Amino acid sequence: MLNRFLMSRFGPSLTGAVVGVLAPVLVFLGNPGNMGICVACFERDIAGALGLHRAAVVQYLRPEIAGFILGSLISALAYREYKPRGGSAPIVRFFLGLFAMIGALIFLGCPWRAYLRLSGGDLNAIWGLLGLATGIGIGIAFLWNGFNLGRSAPTAKGSGMALPFIAVLFLLLLIIAPQFGRDAAGLPTGPIFFSREGPGSMHAPAFIALGVGLLIGWMAQRSRFCTVGAIRDLFMLKDPHLFYGIITLVIAAVASNVILGQFKIGFAGQPVAHTNALWNFLGMLLSGLAFTLAGGCPGRQLIMSGEGDNDAAVFVMGMIVGAGIAHNFGFASGPKGPGPYVVAAFAVGMIFCLAVGFMNRGRVSA
Amino acid sequence: MTGKILVDARGLSCPQPVLETKAALDSAGDGTVEVLVDTVTSRENVLRLASRMKWKGTWEESGQGGFRLTLER
Repeated sequence: MLNRFLMSRFGPSLTGAVVGVLAPVLVFLGNPGNMGICVACFERDIAGALGLHRAAVVQYLRPEIAGFILGSLISALAYREYKPRGGSAPIVRFFLGLFAMIGALIFLGCPWRAYLRLSGGDLNAIWGLLGLATGIGIGIAFLWNGFNLGRSAPTAKGSGMALPFIAVLFLLLLIIAPQFGRDAAGLPTGPIFFSREGPGSMHAPAFIALGVGLLIGWMAQRSRFCTVGAIRDLFMLKDPHLFYGIITLVIAAVASNVILGQFKIGFAGQPVAHTNALWNFLGMLLSGLAFTLAGGCPGRQLIMSGEGDNDAAVFVMGMIVGAGIAHNFGFASGPKGPGPYVVAAFAVGMIFCLAVGFMNRGRVSA
Repeated sequence: MTGKILVDARGLSCPQPVLETKAALDSAGDGTVEVLVDTVTSRENVLRLASRMKWKGTWEESGQGGFRLTLER
């Protein structure tokens, strides 16, 4: 039975393979290059659509994000794993999400997209993945030394529905938005902004994107697929079962990209990417550390939100606000390279994450 | 060493339930180790660790949707 297979140690491998096929298909159907699925980019586009930043080329209410949350919620309800919980240092998790997003926007992608960029032939992703592994390595050092953010506790039954409610709202806004928010000349006036050019204007048909999001949300909930836990558990516990999910993702995505004519190997001229090796490395290093301290990759945080985890939902909100800040403050990179204030952004983010790592080390159980 | 060790891993983020259990299994060597967890994910992760470390694991529901795992060697 499919559910038993998804819950076995082969579950992440199957999920990774499905992601590896469907992400390039979403690109084929209209999503930006090597951005079939990118949790950070999509949350950044949502922040833009809501007017939290005014980078006109990256504004769209990506339905994949709502799909992840709602797919996970449906799966968690169906298998009695919906368990509202929270209270494990929510404000710390909010800022971990915020700085994880800033790091991701220095690189131009979350870990999901780092693997997908590599699978499209974008060799800049190698620097990003080395940075990601380094950031996770620093996080592991904190974990070995007893790092934790304290326990969560069961919360009111309805509390886990907050982010799914917002996800439904995003979907409704996606449908309604074209009917308002434009002046007589057709220019966007808000409150909802959709890009007319650039990556934000490129998207697969919304119902297909939503369907893919729901499917992957459901599969990832069953299999616990995690793009950061994959590297963490491989290094830390010598447990490769999550990492096999990354390997199948990359193999399936390379094959799909070649078949669809989307595979182009090299450093220069890659879609939604820059060639600055140092900042590709450091951006993902910051992100990898923040994700490891928070217990999982941005996709996993969406999935846990769907299971009722209030703290993961707070992390997601931190990422969306962080996207607004990254673009408003000139922290985010563009195709030409890093933004003007990238050094300050990286420094503040690292100081925050290292402080979190050093200052939260009390043992919590006997 | 024999005797009963209790690990309370309820409410901890990944991978801390597994790390706490690993520390307990390493220090116990053999005998019985009980682990409390609050999610199916943690239950499966701890049982996977136990089987890789050649411990026999069983579980039962412990109320409030949590689980009590018994690891023996």
